[in-house]
Amino acid sequence: MNSSYGITAVVLVSLATLAIGAYGWKFSRTTSDFFVASRSVRPALNASAIGGEYLSAASFLGVAGLVLAFGADMLWYPVGWTAGYLILLVLVAAPLRRSGAYTLPDFAEARLESRRVRSLSSVLVVAIGWLYLMPQFQGAGIALGTVAGTEPWVGGLLVGTVVLVNVFFGGMRSITLVQAFQYWLKLTALLIPVMFLLAVWNGDGATSPADAGIITGGVSGDVWASPLASSSPHPLYTTYSIIVATFLGTMGLPHVVVRFYTNPDGRAARRTTLVVLGLLGIFYMLPPVYGALGRLYAPDLIASGATDTIVLELPSRMIGGLVGDLLSALTTAGAFAAFLSTSSGLTIAVAGVISQDVMGRRFRGVRAFQAAAIVAVVVPLLLAVVSDGVGVARAVGLAFAVAASTFCPLLVLGIWWRRLTDVGAIAGLLVGGGLSGFAVVDTLLQNEHAGWTGVLLTQPAAWTVPLAFVAMIAGSLITQHRLPPNVSRTMVRLHTPEAVELDRGPQRL
Amino acid sequence: MNPPTGQPPDNPHSDPPGDQSAGQAPQRVRVTSPRASAGRPRRVKVVSEIDARTRIGEIYMSSLLRAQLRLASLVIVTVGVLVAGLPLYFWLFPGLTEIHVLGMPLPWVLLAFAVYPFLLGVGWWYVRAAERNESDFADVVERS
Repeated sequence: MNSSYGITAVVLVSLATLAIGAYGWKFSRTTSDFFVASRSVRPALNASAIGGEYLSAASFLGVAGLVLAFGADMLWYPVGWTAGYLILLVLVAAPLRRSGAYTLPDFAEARLESRRVRSLSSVLVVAIGWLYLMPQFQGAGIALGTVAGTEPWVGGLLVGTVVLVNVFFGGMRSITLVQAFQYWLKLTALLIPVMFLLAVWNGDGATSPADAGIITGGVSGDVWASPLASSSPHPLYTTYSIIVATFLGTMGLPHVVVRFYTNPDGRAARRTTLVVLGLLGIFYMLPPVYGALGRLYAPDLIASGATDTIVLELPSRMIGGLVGDLLSALTTAGAFAAFLSTSSGLTIAVAGVISQDVMGRRFRGVRAFQAAAIVAVVVPLLLAVVSDGVGVARAVGLAFAVAASTFCPLLVLGIWWRRLTDVGAIAGLLVGGGLSGFAVVDTLLQNEHAGWTGVLLTQPAAWTVPLAFVAMIAGSLITQHRLPPNVSRTMVRLHTPEAVELDRGPQRL
Repeated sequence: MNPPTGQPPDNPHSDPPGDQSAGQAPQRVRVTSPRASAGRPRRVKVVSEIDARTRIGEIYMSSLLRAQLRLASLVIVTVGVLVAGLPLYFWLFPGLTEIHVLGMPLPWVLLAFAVYPFLLGVGWWYVRAAERNESDFADVVERS
């Protein structure tokens, strides 16, 4: 690949991101602008922004790479990331918006009336956010290394800097515009090249990658294409653990949840989520096509372990010449849009929590938010430089597992079960967070385990999520005397449409 | 428990028009502009029952909650059986994975393409049903 086109693409995306962000800077005046864009974002724009924020390095590069390497079972990642939005829609979207809180810790405190639950939630938000930011920076390093041959840390530093500049000056308002733009950029960056690629593939005789005669990386096409056939010693368990983590983890991701507060009301929150479902569905049909074509046109990437670069490499390999280089530059631009948008969203969410809960006393308002944003970016950037070797999609998968084991039970029980108590919530968060956190640390340290131990630790969600629910329910049932005094009023606020005039307790911003 | 939506049977604050007890002679009906009744003292609204956290208010609230939770459960069970069930079906009936549709193996047709419009359709249906539950609730509690 000709590296100058790729570098140009990266520079253009970064500049466009800053320029659109600068347009938003003009409007960011108040603290509310910084945190939630003053709650005035329309569903269509907000949905594009959510889509742009959600489609991360793992979606843009990771899915195609996983499909290329491991086949049909990996299709569950994009399916789960979309289905997670449906679960979020039916269980969480409208009540979460109606709760009137900025962040997950705000929700926890409002519902359970407990500072302790709030503090524990804050720690978990920061942990999940960093766990999710780290692979974004790593992915940026890999991508820039592929197109320009730079050191792994350069890409991460570039992304971190652009994000910080935008967050610093514009907060949520400018980020919303940037992310909406980036959804459409990412979609275009996969859609246009894929049409060329399919035309070339058709011209070459349209061989099916699932054909038994196609042997790539020592696996024949029909085995690669059939589910539960490869990749893990216990494929059924692994598949279900991926399903649990992705279906239930989406609602607990800090950058996803913070978006709901930018909707004007609960009804809009629901409609926004529905549009997001559509946008994600369109996008996620594309990466597996790259993975499947990679079996035919880039089999060497499996042997070299560089499957994450398939989306960047495939256009120039299949088409060649100027057109191929330009299409590869387009996918590179899309990849950087993915790193930038997801990192921006996560930085906003993590910085919001740090500035409110860690610095809250001495610093206030916009200053605290800006200081927190620096911390929010620098720590995972260092982590990404220090630790490498854990795949992009794998690290993101771990963040989903932790989110599913902690905030999923907290949100679901908090919204639908009025008998939840602060003690129960803390018990559930500690059990879910502790167990999944242990599995994460073990995986990041790359410890090897034989048999079931290894399988259970690399894909913890299928057992940690049920245990977290059990702990939260049991802990609440034995402490019913600690029911929050205003639980009835909170339930009214969470579930009744805003148009009905009811006493919802003291209303936050 | 009351039906989830619509009008609970024991609502004392609303008299459906035209409902007359048997045995009485039809009464004279006054036909006036709706504005004529504006000055009449209002009876207790359900919203104030809910605000005061009376038993009746709690019943209205929990019927809304149940309706919404039932709807959400229906969606989750549907997705659980039709989408999350797929690995189990593939495992129980390996023959399924060998079926080809349009030249593609069935698991790929389902997981790479068909699942997304399905999820969107379920979501669309849910949003309509949830908004209907809410507007039914609003109708009932705001009626004086």
